[in-house]
Amino acid sequence: MKKNDLILVGMILCLAAAFIGYQFLKGKSVNADVVVTVDGEPYGRYALSADQIIEIDGTNTLEIRDGKAAMKAADCPDKLCVHQKAISRDGESIICLPNKVVVTIEGGEKSELDGVAK
Amino acid sequence: MKNRAAYFGVFTALALIFSYVEMLIPIQFGVPGIKLGLANLLIVIMLYKCGPKEALLLSVVRIVLSGFIFGNMFSIIYSLAGGILSLAVMAFLKGRGSFSVMGVSIAGGVCHNIGQLAVAMAVVETYRVGYYLPVLLIAGMLTGMLIGIVSNEVLKRIRNINLY
Repeated sequence: MKKNDLILVGMILCLAAAFIGYQFLKGKSVNADVVVTVDGEPYGRYALSADQIIEIDGTNTLEIRDGKAAMKAADCPDKLCVHQKAISRDGESIICLPNKVVVTIEGGEKSELDGVAK
Repeated sequence: MKNRAAYFGVFTALALIFSYVEMLIPIQFGVPGIKLGLANLLIVIMLYKCGPKEALLLSVVRIVLSGFIFGNMFSIIYSLAGGILSLAVMAFLKGRGSFSVMGVSIAGGVCHNIGQLAVAMAVVETYRVGYYLPVLLIAGMLTGMLIGIVSNEVLKRIRNINLY
């Protein structure tokens, strides 16, 4: 390994750490919504606090449970979105590329450092 | 020079086999798109043994063939974006001469992921996909390191073999 290689590794790590830090600081949102878009068009908006199961365009099944959203089923062959972990933080998303379905957590008031979770 | 076509055929076949072997690895990470990139090993070796033009040809042929055999139109577009960006950066860094095989391979792995992410952003028309960026950066770096170590060893052992 040359010195430049190490510098490159350092730069990549710093960049990744900066992004992770930014996402972490954005924090967990309270009263957030789950926003679903299909092919770039808005499809629906659902409260993260209410447990429910949503059929998206007949291709994907989204489940909201205990303040987390997860893709339960998809008709695509790779099932990458189904394997993804449940999302709950502001800005997190589950994306099903073959069906162009994007599920994102959005908005709601940000929790403060000393906020109380109910 | 007359062996060129034969060598190229061997490299293409190997790259296709690596693509297949990679599909057999059943590990699913939480984030889509993370894989070892075994075929990139051949691309790195080709880049060092022959040059950027040959490596580009190998990369495109590999992606189109494996896309038709194992994937679909989407996977070809994603792979092409990643493959070409990755190769361009690797060729540039190798030309600079101040990076070892390791550094070139790491940059290639990271850029492969960045290229695919950019296409994903264009396809789903949202910047939310950028959420995966940090994970993909680190994943690309780690797989690039592994490929770099192996390429380095292979290149040492085939130093006396001329592909031309």
